[in-house]
Amino acid sequence: MVMYDEEFNQIKGIISKLRVDSNAKLVFLVDKNGQQIAAHGDIENLDTTSLASLTAGNVAATDGLAKLIGEKEFSILFHEGERDNIHISIVGLRVILVVIFDQRSSLGLVRLRVKKASTELNDVFERIMQKVEQEKQTYGANFESPFAEITDEDIDSLFSE
Amino acid sequence: MTFINYASREINCKIVYYGPGLCGKTTNLQFIYDRTNPNAKGKLISLATETDRTLFFDFLPLELGNVRGFKTRFHLYTVPGQVFYDASRKLILKGVDGVIFVADSQVERMDANIESLRNLEHNLKAQGYDLQTIPYVLQLNKRDLPNIVPVEDIKKVLAVKSEPVLEAVAKSQNGVGVFDTLKAVAKLVLQELTKSS
Repeated sequence: MVMYDEEFNQIKGIISKLRVDSNAKLVFLVDKNGQQIAAHGDIENLDTTSLASLTAGNVAATDGLAKLIGEKEFSILFHEGERDNIHISIVGLRVILVVIFDQRSSLGLVRLRVKKASTELNDVFERIMQKVEQEKQTYGANFESPFAEITDEDIDSLFSE
Repeated sequence: MTFINYASREINCKIVYYGPGLCGKTTNLQFIYDRTNPNAKGKLISLATETDRTLFFDFLPLELGNVRGFKTRFHLYTVPGQVFYDASRKLILKGVDGVIFVADSQVERMDANIESLRNLEHNLKAQGYDLQTIPYVLQLNKRDLPNIVPVEDIKKVLAVKSEPVLEAVAKSQNGVGVFDTLKAVAKLVLQELTKSS
């Protein structure tokens, strides 16, 4: 997966608006492999990397359960806690949208706002896919990526400590 | 699938440690966690049973530094080795960029190694990958034990291509071979990036 500046800013815009509109504490976006894409809200004291990985694991396990009983997927997961709740939904079969909220919001409101944001996010991801395709076609084999020239020394230096 | 973020200039790669039960996958991760600079690592997450057997996965995010101005992050996962957790193993291979097969060098575990390797091949295929082409490293663990199979003999049985083969004692004080294994697979993953991009 690839992320560009323009779309990244659009995504950040959408999730920050979702956070405000749904009165949530935190909204974040993870890809299905557990890589965090973007986050907005009170992330200061939160281990978002672990959150991303566990969310993806959770979604993958639930997907497995769905398939076992003959469902395509469970598109929404909801975990209710004493103070905070987690609402997890799948956007366009590709990415996972997570909203963490407390009593200042409600499940109904979150669901409603998530629905709207999902459509917008889906459009952005469609555009990213198109862009990647376009670049492939335009540049073909001549596409100069910043990684084309990674040397052994570059890699060795990562492990120098 | 490597996640390249041009906006925040980051590359994220996923490495999976595979192998039979009790071969030392979690021990590898634990050693890396213990020996890595606190700034370069996240929390080590272990979804394990009460008896410390991996139930779903262990997860360790590592930040290795910069390559060509891009921050490189490696997400290390282990799978549960026990045979009956196959559904979970399949899930964890989703989006994998590189695999480390941790083999248990003891004579009596050779059958388990072979079974697990076949299982890896099968599960990779289910996710659309081919063991022959994916960045892959073979680690021969527990080289300090008395009843081990000679390296050449294990290679004959377990090597699937000309993958790097590293001897290790993940449980030892200085984790012999642990970082070398990680380095070998990271190298292959980054080299793959230069090809596919």
